[in-house]
Parts: sequence; structure tokens; C-alpha cells
Amino acid sequence: MSTSVSAAPPAPPGQSPPAKSRPPAGPRSGRARAWATRAPLLPALIFLIAVTQLPFVATLFISLFDWNSLNPDARSFSGLDNYGSVFTDADLRDSVFTTMLLTATVVIASVVLGLLLALLLDRKFMGRGLVRTLLITPFLLVPVSAALLWKHVLYNPEYGLLNGGWAWFTGLFGVENASQPDWISDMPLLAVEASLVWQWTPFMMLILLAGLQSRPLDMMEAARLDGANAWQMFAFLTLPHLRRYLELGVLLGSIYIVQNFDAVFTITAGGLGTANLPYTIYQTFYQAHEYGLASAAGVVVVIGTIVIATFALRVVSSLFSEEAGRA
Amino acid sequence: MSTLSAPKTAGAPGKASTSAQHTDTYGPAARRAKRRSTALGLLAWVVGVVFCFPALWMFLTSLHSEADAATNPPSLTAPLTFDNYSDFFGADGGASPWPPLINSVTASLFSTLFVLVLALPAAYALSIKPVRKWTDVMFFFLSTKMLPVVAGLLPVYLFAKNIGMLDNIWLLVILYTSMNLPIAVWMMQSFLADVPVSIIEAAQVDGARLHTVLIRVVAPVAAPGIAATALICFIFSWNELLFARVLTGVTAQTAPVFLTGFVTSQGLFLAQLCAASVIVSLPVLAAGFAAQDKLVQGLSLGAVK
Repeated sequence: MSTSVSAAPPAPPGQSPPAKSRPPAGPRSGRARAWATRAPLLPALIFLIAVTQLPFVATLFISLFDWNSLNPDARSFSGLDNYGSVFTDADLRDSVFTTMLLTATVVIASVVLGLLLALLLDRKFMGRGLVRTLLITPFLLVPVSAALLWKHVLYNPEYGLLNGGWAWFTGLFGVENASQPDWISDMPLLAVEASLVWQWTPFMMLILLAGLQSRPLDMMEAARLDGANAWQMFAFLTLPHLRRYLELGVLLGSIYIVQNFDAVFTITAGGLGTANLPYTIYQTFYQAHEYGLASAAGVVVVIGTIVIATFALRVVSSLFSEEAGRA
Repeated sequence: MSTLSAPKTAGAPGKASTSAQHTDTYGPAARRAKRRSTALGLLAWVVGVVFCFPALWMFLTSLHSEADAATNPPSLTAPLTFDNYSDFFGADGGASPWPPLINSVTASLFSTLFVLVLALPAAYALSIKPVRKWTDVMFFFLSTKMLPVVAGLLPVYLFAKNIGMLDNIWLLVILYTSMNLPIAVWMMQSFLADVPVSIIEAAQVDGARLHTVLIRVVAPVAAPGIAATALICFIFSWNELLFARVLTGVTAQTAPVFLTGFVTSQGLFLAQLCAASVIVSLPVLAAGFAAQDKLVQGLSLGAVK
């Protein structure tokens, strides 16, 4: 909550909005007033429709054409052919699968790790603020820096930190030639996932920590006095309370990770079976110049996202129902 | 105050619960609980340092010479130097990092400014709820955020190409504004909803116009929230890669694009790459640490308070 809460008590719930509480001054000025209060919304709304919705309509349109920019004279209407290609093209199908796998793995792993970290931080100890700052640092690195860090500084087979650290560790026990795997070519998808989990765990932790700290203390206290043990309190009180926060974390994580481009582009350049949909579309359009096909794939991503988003909006609606109820 | 920092301020209930927890303050159970608590605090420190270690290592490597950076096993005790930073900016041989950094600053600052100019009135209108279906408007804003950017990339590219806006930083300013506008409207709506209606009405009765109300009355009260919104928009703009990569070339290249090209143009200089990454991340780290308390609230579009 912002500081204004302490400045003045918030309006009691159920109070009617100011526009209605005033006596109406005739129908004409009433309509003028309604426009006057609605007008501030319009610039943002119009700008957003122009910049985000119109391009998508254009994408829909382009997706119906057979259009390769290297061969612009051969542009022709092809109906739904591009969509047929999207679903039959093995590379595109693979990238759909990769996208789902990547998103699910990263979201689940970072939520679980984030929950553990949040539980660990949900207590008073020396330097708690500092530890929290340490933990959120990965999330605050520019995604490209983080991806480059993992690719070159950690995964590098010759002098990366992972192999170097391992050599140092085995060296302590007198082992001369420790195994030095080439992480990115041996396990490309896992390499990308690990870096993303590292980046997204702090975000989940912050959301879940906020959830933990909004637990009703009196209920926890009552349960403790009734003799509930730590596990029971966690399973029957904390977890149900965290449900909305978990849903929110999964939701926002999915939206951002489905669209991930930076890590895939930087760490593997989409090679070795790590190309997800955003990367594949980028490549189809930017390198293969297949405009129609890229657009169709883009539309497919949007439809997929809309399915998630419809579910998502319902969840978010419930999250905001409290606030909406104030209207 | 956000809930993250709530325990610090809400001392009374917190203390009540801890003292109730240790009713037998001097018994062995209390000592056990205290030991356990210390152990968990220590564990949190260890986990925090381990988790952050790659980032700390990047910083340390940036202060080593190339020869010391690329050793196996890694060297912790190599002498420190700022050469990589001066080399990065001195740019002997490679491209100068200044134009991309300036481009990033331009794109981030101006798009943030435009977002605030557009979002503040919209959030104000939504927080006083002039439209009956105001939540629908809110959800429309949010839904644009769920539209994957790749789906609109090609038309934007073609459009920019036709009007000669490719490799122009102002195109990115416009796109970043649209990218951050929905988040900003959501965040600010929740901050402005906390501004007492009575003071807005008082100003209106005195005959204040919209911009006066916004600048003189609403903005000062909601300042911390507006600042957090601005910082988050700045971070997102600074971080963006896909648009920047496709729509810029040489002159309008931003810092993240420069970083991706840095490795190939310089060969692999580990220590210098680390220095470059640290520099490019620095503004975001600073903004992020500053907005720490409001970060979750912003990124979760106000859902977590």
C-alpha cells in the first residue's frame, strides 16, 4: 500500500463512487461530465490499440499469403496453406513441443525452488534484507547478460566455472583428470532451462514471500495452540493460503517464459533442439524470409496463448475480486 | 508499505506471536528453538550466497586479467584490476560501447516518460471508475500484454521499413511505450485507488482542471507508486532484446544487442565480457534494488500487495 493510507483512512467499502454521489445537474451537463471523466482514458486506449492490435490484424492477413521476401513477385493468396505447413512441418512441431517443455520445466522448478527460498526467508535473522538482495540479483541481471554469463562463464567446457570448480574439487582428493563435460552440447535444453530457472526463482520467491507474510497471524497462532505441528500448519494453513500466490506465479511465469527469446537465442542459438516458438518465428521471418509462414506460426502462438490467457484472466479476476468489490 | 517490509513496521503482532511461541523462555525447548532459528538463518545465508554466486563470480572475473580469468581450476586470489572496464570504454579495436548505451538510455527514459504521460490519466480515470464496465477496460489492457510480441513483429518491421523508420531509436521508444503501458496502467490504478477521493473532489470544487488535479493533487500523494512504476518500465525497456535485434542495425543498436554482438566481434575475452555484462546490467540492478519493495507488486500487476 502506498503512503496515502496513513495520510487518510481509505473510503469505507460500499461507498458509492464520487461521480454518482453528486446531485445530477441536468442531462446535458451529466453527459458532458461522463465524457470529461472518460476522456483521460482515451489517449492510452487509442495508442495501445494502434500499436498492439493493428499489427496483429496485419499478421492475420499476411498469414493467408504465400510470401517469401526473397521472391516478392511470387506473392499469392494461399488461404490456410500456411497453417497446414505449421502443423505438418516437423521443425515447427518440434518447436511447439520444445516451448511447452521449456515453459513447464522452468515454471515448475522455479516455483518449487522459490517456495523453499521463501520459507527460508520468512523468519527473522541477521542480515535478512541483505540475503534477500543477494537472492533477487539473478532476476535483475539483464537477461542477455545472464544468458552470456551461463554460456561463457559457467558452461564453457575448458575454463567454465562448472568444470573448473569440479576440477578443483576433485583435485582436493588427488584426482588428476576429472571429467569435463561440454554442458551445452551434451544437454542443450537443460542448459537453457537451468539458466532460466536461476533467473526466475527469485521472482517466484518474492511473490510467495509476500504471500507468506500476509498469512493471518491469529489463525496460525490458534492452530499452534491447538497443537498442530509444523508440517500440519504448512499443509493445512500455509499452502491453501498460498494457493492464489502460487497461481499468480505460475501464470506470470508462463506468460513471460513462453515468450522467452533471449536465453534461447544467446545460449544455443536455437540449435540442438532448443528452438522454441518465438525463436523459430524469428528465424522463419528474419533469416528464411518466409513472411506468410512466420505469420501463421505467430497466429498459432497467439491462439495458444489466448487459451492460457482465458484461464489466466479467470484466476486474475478472482485475485482482483476483492478490489473490484469496492467499486 | 508493501507486505514485504510489513513485519518490520508491524512490530506489535509479530512480537506477540514470537513471545507466545516461547512461553517457556528459559527451558531447554526455548534453547532448542533458538539454536534451530540460528541454524536456519545461517542456512539462508549460505543458500543466498550460493544462489547469487554466478553473478558474484561474473563481477569478480570482470576484475581479473584475461589470463587469470580463463584458468582451470578457477582462481579466486588473482590480482584485481580495472583494466577490463577501461578497455571496454577505451574500445581499442572493437566498437565503442557509448552509442548503444546512449541508445538504451534514450529508449528507456523516453518510453518511460511517455508511459507515465499516457498511463497517469488513464489510471486516474479507472480509479475513479467513470465507466460502468471499468474492469473490462482493465482486462483489455492486461490482455494486450498476453499477446506474444513475435506475433506482431513482422507487420511492425514491414511498416517501419516502408516509412524509413528501421534502425531508428524512436521506433523502439514507441514500441516500448506500448509494451509497458498496460503494466503501468494496472500498477498505477492500484496506487491511485488509495488516494482519498475527498481531496480530489475538493480540488475539483475549487475549479481545478484535469491536469492540475493530476499534477498538483494526485501525483504528490501517489508519488512512491508512480516512481516504482517508472522504475519497472525502465527495467523492461532496458532489457528488451527481440524488437531491438530485429528493428535496429548500426545506429540505433541498444546495449543488449551490443552485448550479443560483443562476443563475436571481440572473440571470446571472458573478463571483458564480464565487465561489459556488469556495466549493461548496472542501471537495471540499481533500479531494481531501489524498487525492491514494490517490484513484486508491480510485476504481479498489483495483485500482490
